[in-house]
Amino acid sequence: MSQILNLSRRDFIRTSALGGSGLILGVYLPSLNTRSILAATAYALPNAFLKISSDGLITCMVHKSEMGQGIMTSLPMILAEELEANWSKIRVEFASGNPAYETRLGPGIGWQLTGGSNSVRGSWTMLRKAGAAARQMLVEVAAQTWGVSATDCRAEQGSVVHSPTSRRLSYGELVEKASSMEAPQDPVLKSRNEFRFIGKKIARLDTPSKVNGAAIFGIDVKIPGLLTARVLRSPVFGGKVRRYNDAAARQVKGVSHVLQIESGVAVVAENFWAASQGLKALEVEWDEGENAALNSAAIFKAFQEASQKPGVTVRNEGNAKEALAQAKKLFEAVYEVPFLAHATMEPMNCTAHVRADGCEVWAPTQFQTGVRQTAAKITGLPDGAINVHTTLLGGGFGRRAEIDFVAEAVEISKAVSAPVKVVWSREDDMQHDFYRPANYQRFTGALDENGLPRVWMHHVVGPSIMSRFAPQMVQGGVDPTSVEGASDLPYSVPHLQVEYTLHNTPVPPGFWRSVGNSINAFTTECFLDELAAAGGKDPYELRRQLLDKAPRHKATLELAATKAAWDKPLPPGRFRGIAVHESYGSYVAAVVELSVEKRERIRVHRVVCAIDCGMVVNPDTVTAQVESGVVYGMTATLKGEITIEEGRIQQKNFNDYPLLRMDEMPAIEVYTVPDAEGLGGVGEPAVPPMAPAIANALFFATGKRIRKLPIRPEDLRKA
Amino acid sequence: MISVTVNGKSYDLDVASDTPLLWVLRDSLGLTGTKFGCGVALCGSCTVHVNGKATRSCVTPISAVAGQSITTIEGLSSDSTHPLQVAWTKEEVPQCGYCQSGQIMAAAALLSQKPKPTRQEIDRALSGNICRCGTYLRVRRAIEVAAAMTQNGGAQ
Repeated sequence: MSQILNLSRRDFIRTSALGGSGLILGVYLPSLNTRSILAATAYALPNAFLKISSDGLITCMVHKSEMGQGIMTSLPMILAEELEANWSKIRVEFASGNPAYETRLGPGIGWQLTGGSNSVRGSWTMLRKAGAAARQMLVEVAAQTWGVSATDCRAEQGSVVHSPTSRRLSYGELVEKASSMEAPQDPVLKSRNEFRFIGKKIARLDTPSKVNGAAIFGIDVKIPGLLTARVLRSPVFGGKVRRYNDAAARQVKGVSHVLQIESGVAVVAENFWAASQGLKALEVEWDEGENAALNSAAIFKAFQEASQKPGVTVRNEGNAKEALAQAKKLFEAVYEVPFLAHATMEPMNCTAHVRADGCEVWAPTQFQTGVRQTAAKITGLPDGAINVHTTLLGGGFGRRAEIDFVAEAVEISKAVSAPVKVVWSREDDMQHDFYRPANYQRFTGALDENGLPRVWMHHVVGPSIMSRFAPQMVQGGVDPTSVEGASDLPYSVPHLQVEYTLHNTPVPPGFWRSVGNSINAFTTECFLDELAAAGGKDPYELRRQLLDKAPRHKATLELAATKAAWDKPLPPGRFRGIAVHESYGSYVAAVVELSVEKRERIRVHRVVCAIDCGMVVNPDTVTAQVESGVVYGMTATLKGEITIEEGRIQQKNFNDYPLLRMDEMPAIEVYTVPDAEGLGGVGEPAVPPMAPAIANALFFATGKRIRKLPIRPEDLRKA
Repeated sequence: MISVTVNGKSYDLDVASDTPLLWVLRDSLGLTGTKFGCGVALCGSCTVHVNGKATRSCVTPISAVAGQSITTIEGLSSDSTHPLQVAWTKEEVPQCGYCQSGQIMAAAALLSQKPKPTRQEIDRALSGNICRCGTYLRVRRAIEVAAAMTQNGGAQ
């Protein structure tokens, strides 16, 4: 989803008074065109990023979703920085889902979506401008009040100070006058050396409510008269309800409705347990449809067949085919990765209340635009009658960019004319996900006379997420998210060709933390190690040599290697692997130290990560996100696998889809490349290098190349 | 009617006797700090104390705890001053935060048994609690900080 990043936009700033009680500053995006600017006024309290009230409290409207990545704190930090606010006066509200918060991605696509590790870098300029415009207005009003020149005044800690006389007026005292002013269109932004908040450790604003049980996630939403629904969905992808018998389900105490909906049969009750008991008593006969015999082996066989035919060339340098024909020796490898579930700790859920004249939705969602459009479509109400409230998300990782669980809540609420919360069980969540695509990838390489890679041919075969999610983004048969991290290989290789074959399956593919990078970093960084070994090179030194034209990759790699003391030998029985990968504008290198006990038990002892994410907003958040990515990546490398038999997902819960636990944790060290330029994301980029760093270390430990995930003990035994 | 004491308060509940304690807490008493994660005691998100002992409320029928004393995250302290809550805040443990009530309750039960646990004891006591955000190192550190705090005469 890296396209989200590369948008240039001019911002257009406007203020509006909020019932005389304060100043609201809105930032509109003209890229949304005039229609949206006009339409935005039809929504209640639109497009405001901040609100200053006469008591001096500053409310930041956070238009991105908080799912653990810390934006509830880092976005207000950006606003507060330019506003010269007193941090103790900052309050945070989640903005409603609103067109004014949408980012224009192309013709017909405007999304309010939290994804692509884009919250900070995608909001950076507009939040700074909003803060700076408000600051400039407050300074102007203070100067007018005192009858002095604005150039003699400065903003400081929530007040304007007249420098020559040290007179002081607080923002609260100035807002009323400021709210009638025209907002400056090009406010002067602070320079980097003037930052007071950005780059400093600021305590997360969501921590207090997350240590005492007060935090409200989607599943915790309470409204009067709320009913709870469970849904029985087809166990086979694409299956339909043939008939159902709800006689026993209706006998369960507390069950109020049983109804068929688009995704299956819903049981509605006064609470979760009654709905669950009703669901258990429900008898549904499914028309399993054409996917009833689908299985993982057949999917991979089809991938393998597709890989024999040429794909769409997505990068072509030199003449790889000719160079291969000349090569004395070819190195070939096939890599495979499985489907993966997201397994957010909070199972999918959504609360909706459909009324005749409007619809309220409370959703732990990453995609407010999708929620609004879905609710409008199901209810037949105009877009403006849909009110989207974003709750905290108990994990997102891309799963909550989908709207399937929202559609269920809206459909059921509409049918039963009551507020309804749909709650999924863990099994529902595991078996009805949008899965990280499985992939089959073929490499052919050759070396030059010095043992350096001369030819690199890479063929990616796998499902396309965008062909389902946003087909407009698939052009010329290429889904950019399928080849990210493959088509942009940073290494200098004279003859380089990357191909892609879009091969969809009935298993719905979804965005999964770092998306295509989670796959392509594994395959490319492992195959590079294969070529290093073939050429008798140290994998770190070879990378350095091939990264001359990729200085940020190189510097990040060097930082990790230095901190991990790559050049120093390890104690006997310990082995190292290294990998570096860029995603979402950030560079992460990882050095993994591990041992293998009894030829099958992998123990990761230490992970040293270096990250260049450009400018750092909240340093501890960067560290925390890297730690988190390491764990997510380790789980995928060592444990995660979703398999399909008879059209059904076989995994159900954490017993057969295990996640890393505390007793398996390595020590993690995180180092940030200092004084880096630009802004990169931090939510995802630490995931991709984990799999290759572990697999590369295992080669040194066992002599066995790992070309398939997850790594199973039997893969290590058969040397 | 089933009687239980939750966070020091007595309740007489008219619920099906097989209803898991988790759903009584969440749906009947409105105590939503205790979370639903897996429903089969595999993830620890629903951890509460029954007579001081860490218990998976998602697989504990309400009938099994009749007459007993239950503590949830909301009852751990009245003002977030339990040493673990202080340490959790200091170490910035939570990310998404969903599993954290369970982590804290599991840790609190551990500390009440072993005020100065070894790292291995912490790992053993907490390995039933899954965190998909991967906050484990901070969870462990916060428990060590809280243990040290308690040794030094409480959270200040």
